[in-house]
Amino acid sequence: MSHFTPKVVTGNDLLLGDVIYLTETDSWSRDLLLAQLITDPDQAARKLAYAETQTHKIVGPYLADMQAAPQGPMPMHFREGFRTRGPSNYRHGKQEGLL
Amino acid sequence: MYHYQPFDTQFVRNRVAIFSDQIARRIDGSLTEEEFRPLRLMNGLYLQLHAYMLRVAIPYGTLNGRQMRQLARIAETYDKGYGHFTTRQNIQFNWPKLTDVGAILSDLADVEMHAIQTSGNCVRNVTADHFAGAALDEIADPRPIAELLRQWSTDHPEFQFLPRKFKIAVTGSPNDRAVTKAHDIGLRMVQNALGTPGFEVSVGGGLGRTPMIGQVVRDFLPTQDLLPYVEAVLSVYNRLGRRDNKYKARIKITLHETGAAELTRMIEARFIQIRPQFSGQDQQVLAAITKAFAPPLYKTADLSTYQATYQADGLFRSWVDTNVSAHKQTGYAIASISLKAHGQTPGDATAAQMRVIAAMAEQFGHDELRISHEQNVILPHVHQSDLYALHQNLSAAGLATANLGLISDIIACPGMDYCALATARSIPVAQNIALRFDALKLEHDIGPLKLKISGCINACGHHHVGHIGILGLDRAGVENYQITLGGDATETAAIGDRAGPGFSYDEIVPAIERLIMAYLALRIERSESFLKCYQRLGAAPFKEALYPKDRENHAA
Repeated sequence: MSHFTPKVVTGNDLLLGDVIYLTETDSWSRDLLLAQLITDPDQAARKLAYAETQTHKIVGPYLADMQAAPQGPMPMHFREGFRTRGPSNYRHGKQEGLL
Repeated sequence: MYHYQPFDTQFVRNRVAIFSDQIARRIDGSLTEEEFRPLRLMNGLYLQLHAYMLRVAIPYGTLNGRQMRQLARIAETYDKGYGHFTTRQNIQFNWPKLTDVGAILSDLADVEMHAIQTSGNCVRNVTADHFAGAALDEIADPRPIAELLRQWSTDHPEFQFLPRKFKIAVTGSPNDRAVTKAHDIGLRMVQNALGTPGFEVSVGGGLGRTPMIGQVVRDFLPTQDLLPYVEAVLSVYNRLGRRDNKYKARIKITLHETGAAELTRMIEARFIQIRPQFSGQDQQVLAAITKAFAPPLYKTADLSTYQATYQADGLFRSWVDTNVSAHKQTGYAIASISLKAHGQTPGDATAAQMRVIAAMAEQFGHDELRISHEQNVILPHVHQSDLYALHQNLSAAGLATANLGLISDIIACPGMDYCALATARSIPVAQNIALRFDALKLEHDIGPLKLKISGCINACGHHHVGHIGILGLDRAGVENYQITLGGDATETAAIGDRAGPGFSYDEIVPAIERLIMAYLALRIERSESFLKCYQRLGAAPFKEALYPKDRENHAA
């Protein structure tokens, strides 16, 4: 079997615009650590297809490359890293209120 | 300044109602995202990396105190207490909720503002010289023309689905402060042999992935022919412009592929065809608009206190020398408020700062403000006798940074901290450069220098026309910054030359420092600016500074 980079399904919340992730129970979470890490290409395609039916909740779903870490999925690319936190000039977005 | 006529008010109110209804239909599922997206973009609403972003037009960069206060209120009520002024004289709110956008647009309409055509493949917010109506070197105020173009292009049925976005800039001065040569149409006011004002028309300028300097298609266009001529340009572009490839859809590519001579011929032919349709009503409208831009009622006042404080207060003197420009009216000055305090986000103002700025405009500035494409705020009409009090008030609000036109007065796009298109961050690079040169206490010694940073190839940060340009890219999953040298945004516009391999995030500030240290060692006298020095010597000594032999292995 060819190598498959694990993925999560992600997009933006329709009302807030906030970054959200698809969980194992097909609900949406603001927290990447609660996202389902998908390790199989067929399942990734199925999950993305499901996300694409959720247009009343989500905008622009796509599959983002992740790696498995003890605490949960971890971004492979810095863009996805920023999406888990928020901007670097102010503590706004997901990092707001966290110290 | 221009105030809405009943038609403008009705039009903007109608649009708020229409778009509010479209939002409701998106939320209840009647509209898909595919259907909604072009509608929201037409109304300035983007979906960015972390949130929605609303881009509000500030036509030709002009607003008054009441409008600035309303922007402050919107920032506090619906956003996170600040706004970001952009290189297209707009303001962007980075955190609105979809459900609040209708209310925001309604609040904007209350003060004669809107977000119409700040995105999409249409004629965008028309930009102008931020010193318009005040500049010493000005032939005439270009804003009546900009307002005429705004009215004409808003919802123009022929030009709502252009091949790509279309940007027009206008200046009334021979010294181009509006970067007209980097616009789809650049209008530069000139005078003919009789001294009559008209316009030199450039077409096909633009930055982005294929940067080009606009080419002159008409040396002198009489003002009364301006609207039909611009319409002719748009009309030819609308037919010829490529719709098969968005990267080749701008008029600069049309010009390149068609040839300047042939495109000019086609524009002139179309102009002759449509000119008779303009019966003079446009000129009546223009005359009425022009009256709205009458100069303020200038005052006279004793200048002895100003002169004394200028001599006595070093901080004030430094601010005046750096941030204040010559005004056409004796006794008056143009005061620029820097939104580039060292270490702060270029172009950001808090709601509290916006209120101070509004109060300063009302108290000392004939209630007029401008937003510059360099992401600063300008009080265009301040009597010199009021400059000291203005400076005191600005200081208390953290708005008196004396760095206009210096190395820390950096243009930076939002970059990957906010923008969904970005390939790297811009803001922290700008913050770190400003902090570094502030720590070195060198920026006044370095003198005039335009440093511009874009976080992707789309070049919203104008990096191609910076004396020093920085372009942030994604190289194999790592932020990487390319440097360009020798760009020029003025009437002698030029695209900068790429210096060589890019630098990592950690390496870019030291690289800029080596570049500047080389300049200081190379200049023949203090008055030789970085750009002049670069033009005299060429790239070689600067490349040597950027890529010293023992560092070669570090540059990727």
